[in-house]
Amino acid sequence: MSKRTFYIASSPHVFDGDSVSRIMWTVSAALAPAAAWGVYVYGLPALTVLLWCIASSMVFEALAQKLKGSQVSLEDGSAVLTGLLLAMNMPASSPWWLCVFGGGAAILLGKQVFGGLGHNPFNPALVSRVLMLISFPVEMTNWKVGSGALADAVSGATPLGQAKTFLNTPELGSMPQLEMMDLLLGFRQGCVGEGAILLLLLGAAVLIYKRIVTWDIPVGFLGTLALATGIVYLVSPDNHLSPLAHLVTGGAVLGAFFMATDMVTSPLNARGRWVFGIGCGLITAVIRLWGGYPEGVSFSILLMNATVPLIDRYTKPRKFGYVKPSSAGEGAQ
Amino acid sequence: MSGPRLFRGGVHPPDEKHRTKALPVEVAPLPERMFLPVSQHIGAPAIPIVKRGDKVLTGQVIAKAAGFVSVPIHASTSGTVKSVAPYAHPMGYEQLAVEIEVDGDDTWADPLPPINDPLNADPKDIRTRILEAGLVGMGGATFPTHVKLSPPPGVKIDSIILNGVECEPFLTADHRMMVERPDDILNGLGVILRIFGLDKGYIGIEKNKPDAIALMDERARATGWAEVKALEVRYPQGAEKQLIHAILDRDVPSAALPMAVGAVVQNVATAVALWEALTEGRPLVSRVCTVTGDGVKNPKNLEIRTGVPVSHLIDHCGGLTDDATKVLMGGPMMGMSQYTLDVPTTKGTSGLLCLPEAQARTENQKSCISCGRCVSACPMGLSPTTIYNLIDADKVAEADDWDTLDCIECGSCSFVCPAWIPLVQYIRYAKGRVLARRREMDK
Repeated sequence: MSKRTFYIASSPHVFDGDSVSRIMWTVSAALAPAAAWGVYVYGLPALTVLLWCIASSMVFEALAQKLKGSQVSLEDGSAVLTGLLLAMNMPASSPWWLCVFGGGAAILLGKQVFGGLGHNPFNPALVSRVLMLISFPVEMTNWKVGSGALADAVSGATPLGQAKTFLNTPELGSMPQLEMMDLLLGFRQGCVGEGAILLLLLGAAVLIYKRIVTWDIPVGFLGTLALATGIVYLVSPDNHLSPLAHLVTGGAVLGAFFMATDMVTSPLNARGRWVFGIGCGLITAVIRLWGGYPEGVSFSILLMNATVPLIDRYTKPRKFGYVKPSSAGEGAQ
Repeated sequence: MSGPRLFRGGVHPPDEKHRTKALPVEVAPLPERMFLPVSQHIGAPAIPIVKRGDKVLTGQVIAKAAGFVSVPIHASTSGTVKSVAPYAHPMGYEQLAVEIEVDGDDTWADPLPPINDPLNADPKDIRTRILEAGLVGMGGATFPTHVKLSPPPGVKIDSIILNGVECEPFLTADHRMMVERPDDILNGLGVILRIFGLDKGYIGIEKNKPDAIALMDERARATGWAEVKALEVRYPQGAEKQLIHAILDRDVPSAALPMAVGAVVQNVATAVALWEALTEGRPLVSRVCTVTGDGVKNPKNLEIRTGVPVSHLIDHCGGLTDDATKVLMGGPMMGMSQYTLDVPTTKGTSGLLCLPEAQARTENQKSCISCGRCVSACPMGLSPTTIYNLIDADKVAEADDWDTLDCIECGSCSFVCPAWIPLVQYIRYAKGRVLARRREMDK
C-alpha cells in the first residue's frame, strides 16, 4: 500500500446534511405560493414590488459583502428571502424607489451593520418595513392599485384600518368586506403577501413538518392574540372585531409563522420561544386594540426581538442531572 | 418500574451496520511487528518492565500498573522486544510503546491460575484477578475495570447494567459478541453481581438488534440473574448516564459518577473478558473490532490482538479503496481520525472506520443562525451554541456557568448544525480553558 495522506478532523465525522442555504431556500419556496397569489389578487404592480425588493436586496447584500472584503454569499439564499419577505410586507402600489430604499434598509441597516447573516438582533425585513412606515406613511398605506386587479373592487382601506376608524363606534358591525371566505383567500386590501391565509398556512405546515419552523412561536403568538382580542370582544362585541377576524386580517399569519419564527432573531429553546410568541401576541393585541396604528405585528416582533438575549439567558435549558446548588455536595463525590 | 424511559435530546444518524452485522467474527492473522502502547486506558500509563532483546510470551506482563487508576499491559503474542520507545498512538501524538518482533508461534505464558467456581468466589480475589488481567472498559472509554468495581466505602451499589447498546453507527463488534457469546456475557454479569452481593442485573440493547435481544433474552431467563431491556434507537443511548436513565429511571447528578445513584455499567465485551480472565486466567490481549465503511474493500468483524498496526488489519480486509481519505478509530460520532495507518490498536479499539472522499470532506464553517437545533439535540440539556459563542469571545467564566464541563462530547450538536460549526471541538477547547481557570482559582 502506497503512502497516503488522510483527513484529520475532530469528531463527529457524519452530519445530517442540512445547511443554512437549504433552510433559507426552503423558507422562500414555502412563501412563494402566497406571494404568487398576491400577484394574482393585486395584479402586475405586486410582481413589480416583488422583483424590485428581491433584486435590490441581492444587490445591496453583494455590495456590502464586497465592501467588507468578505465572500459574496448570495447563494445562501438569505438575501433573496429578506427581499421576498420585505415585498410581502409592502403594499402592491409601492413605487420602485421605495422598494429599493426598503431593500437597502433591510440589508444594510437590518443585517450587514451587525456583521451579516446570523448576527442581526432584529428581523431585517421588519426593520425596513417599520422604518418605511414611519418615513413614508402615505406610500406605505396606499392600497390603491391600478384597475384590473381583483382587489380593486373593494374600498380603499384594509379591514384593520377600517376597524381602527370605526373603533368604539356601533358602525363596526356594518363595516363592509368582512366575509370570512374573502379574508381567507386574501380578497381584501393589504400587503402583497399577507392576504393569502390558506396558502401561508400550507407553506407553514411544510416548514413545521421539515422542522425549519417550530410550532411553539406561532401557537403562542396567535393563541395570545386570539385570547386577548377575544376577551375584549366578549366584553363589547359591537365595537370590536371578532378574534377570528383578528387572526386572518393584517399580517398576523404571515408574521407569526414566517417572521417571528426567524431563527436568527428568536430564542434558542422551546421555553424561550413560548415566552417570545406570547409576548408577540400580547403586544400585537395591545397595538391593534388601543394603539395609534391599525396593525401591530411588525412592532410586536421587533420589540420581542430586542428581548431575545434576555429570554435566552433566563430560559437556560435544565441540564441532565441538575442538582440544586444547596445540595450539590451530596451528589458529587 | 415502567418500561425503558427515553432520554431528552439525541439524534438519529444513519445506522450503517448492514455491512457487518451478519458477519461472524474471524480471527485476524498476526502481523510481523506489534506496538503495545503503555497507555491503553484512562489513568496513569503503565511502566514498562521489559527491554530490547527480551523474549516475551503471549500474556506475559510487559508493563506494570502505575498506581490504583492504571492497569498492566501484557504481550499480545510471543516474540522479541525490538524497542521501548515513543511511537504513533491513536490519540494523535506519540506515546511510549513496546515493539515486539512477532515469532509467529504465539506461545502462551503460563496462564494465571483459574479461579474455581467464579460465581461464588471471594469478591476480593475477583477484583485482584481483574486488575492482574489488565481489564478496562471495552466500550471505548477504557476506564480500568477494577476501579469501577471498587466503590469507596459507604457507597451502596444496587444495580448492575451491561451495555450492549452499541449506538455508534457502523460498529457491530458488541452486536456479534451478544449473538456469538451470550453465555459468557451472562456469566461475566453473574461475577459482577457476585462482587456486589446482588441477585439481578440488566442488559440494555437497542431495538435495532432484534436477533441479539431475542437470544440474550432467552439465555438471560435461563440464568435467573439477568433481564434484557430493549431500548429505543436513539444516539447516544449507549452513553452511561443516558443508559442508566433509560433502565433505572435515575439521573446521575451533574459532575458525579454512576455510583452516586447506585449503578455500575460495564460493556458486554468487558463482561466476556472478565469471564475469560477468571476461568482461563487469560489477560486482556485481544478484542473484537469492526473494520468497516465504504473506504475498505471487505468489511469484517475481526478478533484482533492489541497492538496490531491498523495497516495490517486493513490489508486483511482487502485494503483501502482508491478514494478512501479518512480512517477513524471508533465510530463516526466519537471516533478519532488517524493521520497514519501505522498506529496500533488498543484495548479500546471497537472499530476501524474507513471513509471515502465523498464522506470524508467537511464543509467550511458558516455563521450560527441560532436555529437552536443543537440545544434540542443535546442529551445533556446544554446549549452548545451558547458555549461556542462564549468561548469564541474568550468568556471562560461564563462558559463554565453554562455547564461546559457537563458535555459528554457525543457529537449530536455538530451532527445537526446546519452552519457546520464544529461545536464539539469548540466545547472540548472550552473544557480545557474552564479546567485551567478552575485550577487557577483554587490556587
